[in-house]
Amino acid sequence: MNQEVKELIDPLNFRNSINIDGVEKSMLIDMLRKMILIRKAEEKLSEHVESGKIKCPCHLGIGQEAIGVAVALVMRKTDRAFGAHRSHAHFLALNENTYSLFAEVLGKYDGCSHGMGGSMHIVDNENGFKGSVPIVGATIPIATGAGLAAKMDKTGDIAISYFGDGSCEEGVLHESLNMASIMNLPVLYVCENNLFASHLHIDLRQPSNSTSRFAKAHQISNATVDGNDVVGMYKLLISEILEIRNNKPFYMEAYTYRWKGHVGHRDDIDVGVKRGDQLTAWKERDPIKRLFVAMKDNGIYTEQEYESLLSEIDQKINNDWNRAEMAAFPQEEFLLNPVYSN
Amino acid sequence: MKKTTNYAAGILEAYEYLLSNHKEFFIIGQGLWSPWYVGATMTDLDKKFGTERVIDCPISELATTGATVGAAVCGYRPMIVHPRVDFMLLAVDQIVTQAAKWRHMFGGNSSAPATFRAIINRGGEQGAQHSQSLHSWFAHIPGLKVVMPYTAKDARDLMISSVLSDDPVMFIDDRWLYEKEEEYTEIEIIDLNDVKPQKLRNGNDVTIVGLSYTSLLCEKACQSIEISHKITCDFFDIRVLNPLKIDDILESVKKTGRLLVVDGDWESCGMASEIITSVLEKIDVKILNNSPKRITLPNAPAPTSKVLEQQYYIKESEIMDALIQITK
Ligand SMILES: Cc1ncc(C[n+]2csc(CCOP(=O)(O)OP(=O)(O)O)c2C)c(N)n1
Ligand SMILES: [Mg+2]
Repeated sequence: MNQEVKELIDPLNFRNSINIDGVEKSMLIDMLRKMILIRKAEEKLSEHVESGKIKCPCHLGIGQEAIGVAVALVMRKTDRAFGAHRSHAHFLALNENTYSLFAEVLGKYDGCSHGMGGSMHIVDNENGFKGSVPIVGATIPIATGAGLAAKMDKTGDIAISYFGDGSCEEGVLHESLNMASIMNLPVLYVCENNLFASHLHIDLRQPSNSTSRFAKAHQISNATVDGNDVVGMYKLLISEILEIRNNKPFYMEAYTYRWKGHVGHRDDIDVGVKRGDQLTAWKERDPIKRLFVAMKDNGIYTEQEYESLLSEIDQKINNDWNRAEMAAFPQEEFLLNPVYSN
Repeated sequence: MKKTTNYAAGILEAYEYLLSNHKEFFIIGQGLWSPWYVGATMTDLDKKFGTERVIDCPISELATTGATVGAAVCGYRPMIVHPRVDFMLLAVDQIVTQAAKWRHMFGGNSSAPATFRAIINRGGEQGAQHSQSLHSWFAHIPGLKVVMPYTAKDARDLMISSVLSDDPVMFIDDRWLYEKEEEYTEIEIIDLNDVKPQKLRNGNDVTIVGLSYTSLLCEKACQSIEISHKITCDFFDIRVLNPLKIDDILESVKKTGRLLVVDGDWESCGMASEIITSVLEKIDVKILNNSPKRITLPNAPAPTSKVLEQQYYIKESEIMDALIQITK
C-alpha cells in the first residue's frame, strides 16, 4: 500500500499543544468556545440517541470540531457553505444555534428545517450555511455552482464544499474539480479525511490515502493539514482566502478521526468495525485540549476561565435542549405545504 | 412443528444457492463485508464464499453498476447491491440507458443480464433522501424487468429467477418485510418469464392489488374487513411490475366490478395508475359497480418529524376505509 500520508495519520503524532503565535486572544477564545459548544452539543445528541428521544439517524463528528470552526472563522455571512451527513459542526460553527439544531433532530417546527430534515438535512441561510444532505458527494457540484453564482455576483464571496474521504470515490468530485479549475471558480473544497467511510478504512477503498491527488490532477492549489489543529488551519485559510475570493479554487485536506461510530452514539461497534487502539490513541489528539493547553501555557487563558466557559456552555446546551423538547411538532398541513412554492 | 423462514432468510438462501451452484454469479456493492447495511440478507457470505465473489467496494455507484453491466455483457451473471434505492439513482444511466437498451440496440446480438438489487429502507425519521422507492420509474423502461417480492418464498425464488434471467432485472426488496415469517418451502427454480401476479385470497366484492410491502398491508386489511364488514376480496400481489401481466386481475375485476390498487409510492405516473389503466382499457366500464381507486403516498417527499412520518405512510386502516367506500 502506498501510504502517501504517514505522519498525519499516526495518532501518536501531533498530540501536543498547538502553535498559537500571531493569533489574537479574542480569536483564540472564539475558537475554543465554538469547539466546546459543538462538542457538548453533539454529546447531548449522543446522550439522547441513546435515550431514544432522538429517532432520526445522527452522524456525530465528535473529534472533528476544529475543521468547521477554522473555516467558519474565515467566512463572511454572504459566503455559502454546503455539507453532508456529518455536518452539525459546520452548522454550529457558523451560528452557535444549538436550539435550532436540537429542535430539528427532534422533528420540531422550530428546527432549522422546521422538522422536515432532522440531523441529515440542515440549513441556515442567514449565516451562510446553505444546506447539508446525506447523499454522498451530492453537494460537491452544488457548492461548485454556488461558486459560479458568487463569481457572477462579483462581490468576492466564495462557496465552501465540505465532504469526506469517501465522497472522493464518487465521480462527481472529479467533474466538479475539473469545472472549478477550468472556470476559475471561488470554491474552497474541504475534505475531512477521517480515514473511514462507514465500515471501510480508506486503504480498502483507494490506492492512496491522500485525496489531494485529485486536486493536483486538476491543477487546483491544495494543502494537506492536521485537521485537529484549529489554529494551523485558520492561519492557512487566512493566507489563502484572498486568492479564493479572487476566483481561484482551493482544496484543503484535513486529516482527522471520528470518535463515534459511523452513525449513532456508540464508539465504533455499530458497523462491525473494531477501531480499538487507534481510537484511544486518536482521543489524545483532541483538538479542544490542544488549543486550551496552548492558551494556558502561553498565559492567555486560565484553568478557572476554562471551567467557567465549560459551565456556561453546559447551561446553554441544557436550556436549549429542554426548550427543544417542549417545542411543538409541525402541523399536519405542513406535510404538503412546502412541496411547491404556491 | 413446521419449519418456518422469513423474507431476509429467503434472500440469504437465494444467495447461498446462487453462489454454490452458479460460478458465473458474483455480487458487488457497498457494505457487503459489514453486517450493517443490508440487514440479515447477506450475513457472512463474504466469509463463506470469499471476498472475490462477494465484493465490498468504494462509494462509486455509477462505476460499480456500470462494471456489473460490463461483466454481464461478458458472460457473468453479476448482481450489484444498492443498500438504498436512493443511492442507486447515481447509476441510472447504466441501468436505463445502457443495460436496458443493450440487447435491442445491437439487434439481439448482445445482452446485459445484470441484476440490480435495490433496497427500500424507509421510516425511522430518515427523511427525503433515504426513503424513496421509485419502482414505477424503472417499470417504465422497455428492456428492464422489475421484480418486487412480497413473500419470503418469492424473495428467494424470484431473486434466483432474476439472476438467471437473460435480461437485466431490477430486484427491489423492502426492509419492512425482512421479518415476515412464513412456512418454509423448498427452492423452486422458476423462469422469470412465467411469473405473473399471484392471487393470495379469494373473494367476491372487491379486487385488491398490492405489491411488495403494500401486499402485506392489503392482506391484513382483507382479513380484518372480512371479519368486521363481511367484505370479501380477490387479492393479488403483483410480483413482476414490468412486463406487467394483467389477465388474471382483469378476470377478477369482471367478477367483482370493483378495483382498488395500493402502491407504496407516489401517485403521478405510478404503478397504481398503470394497473388501473391496463384493466380499464380491456373491460367494458359499464360492468363496474364503482370507480376504481388507488391508495398511494401523499404527493410529498418523506418528512422526518415523527408526527408527519406517521401520517405519511400507508396504513391498514386506510385500506379498510377504502374497501368500505368502494363497496358502498
Ligand atoms: C450516494 C450514497 N452512497 C452511499 C451512501 C451511504 N453512506 C452514507 S455516509 C457514507 C460514508 C461516507 O464517508 P465519508 O465521505 O468519508 O464521510 P464520513 O462518514 O467519514 O464523515 C456512506 C457510504 C450514501 N448516503 N449516499
Ligand atoms: Mg470519512
